Amino acid sequence: MTELIRSSSLSPGVLALFALVLTLGAYLLGIWIQRRLQHALANPVLIAIVLIGVVLKSLGVSYSDYFSGAQFIHFLLGPATVALAIPLVRSLEEMRRGLWAILAALTGGTLVGMVSGYGLVRICGGSQLVALSMLPKSVTTPIAMGVATSIGGLASLAAVLAIAGGILVAVGMDPVLRLMKIYGPAARGLSAGAAGSGIGASKVIPQHPLAAAFAGVAIGISGLLTAVLAPLLASVLKHW
Amino acid sequence: MGILQSFFTLLLFQLGGEAIHQLLHVPVPGPVLGMVLLAAWYIARKRIPDQAMERTADTLLSWLGLLFVPAGVGIVANLALLRAAWLPITVSLIVSTLLTLAVTAFLLDRMTRRLR
Repeated sequence: MTELIRSSSLSPGVLALFALVLTLGAYLLGIWIQRRLQHALANPVLIAIVLIGVVLKSLGVSYSDYFSGAQFIHFLLGPATVALAIPLVRSLEEMRRGLWAILAALTGGTLVGMVSGYGLVRICGGSQLVALSMLPKSVTTPIAMGVATSIGGLASLAAVLAIAGGILVAVGMDPVLRLMKIYGPAARGLSAGAAGSGIGASKVIPQHPLAAAFAGVAIGISGLLTAVLAPLLASVLKHW
Repeated sequence: MGILQSFFTLLLFQLGGEAIHQLLHVPVPGPVLGMVLLAAWYIARKRIPDQAMERTADTLLSWLGLLFVPAGVGIVANLALLRAAWLPITVSLIVSTLLTLAVTAFLLDRMTRRLR
């Protein structure tokens, strides 16, 4: 069986089709498990990633072979990000009313995230390279990679940390916000987008249109803030 | 406007965002700039998205979790990178991410409560 699937023995077209079927199938299974268990840890993105990882490993298919097919799903991230403008326009009135609160909350959250991300790695004995790759973890993956490269971190590590952080938000936001007694869709959406970018947003988008709008705004503004502030912050933090 | 036309609009604005990103060296990725441009377009023309655009956007956004799976599988491919410094990475990622979430939610919640 392993020999049959092994990348070399399958034509590229069939391998791509296999990657697409595997990705969709694992995600649908993840949704099914989530509905069954009703538990925060049963997140379909997390389940799908683990399942696909196990399948690829046991069949001996490399990540690049898998991605050559899965890239067709990955490509839709672009237009989906642009589509975040639609819930934003729909909630324009709420945005206008809370503009200063939104900007202040995002600035505070972004700064705390960057400083604590860098600082905690250093306190726990991690290298400066790891700490600088951790600094932009809360923003959307392409910004995190670009920022990490420009401040002296590793782009590949930054990408992994950004995605892992997003999954962490999807899995952990409910208990944290329940503990703080915060239930409003605006605060839920804004914090999910600011801390977990796209994957955080994917958690709150189905819950409330206002949460979707605030998550989209958070991804845009915190991404911009991080791109501008990270180089300044890194030049100060590097001395530590 | 049909679904196809809405999808065309989304790709067109993404392309515009990518062009600004690459030609003007703006440090924000093309799709995020595309989102800003599309929102600005609706706001400037005082228009709201039509039904087909709403449906296209809602469909794409309801798939958002799925769309992150191919990139997410990259974590499994990069496990060695994480294993090398697992303790500082695990502690910092969990504490700092949830702190970012809590601070943002707390600030917005407090400031909007005062506004009301």
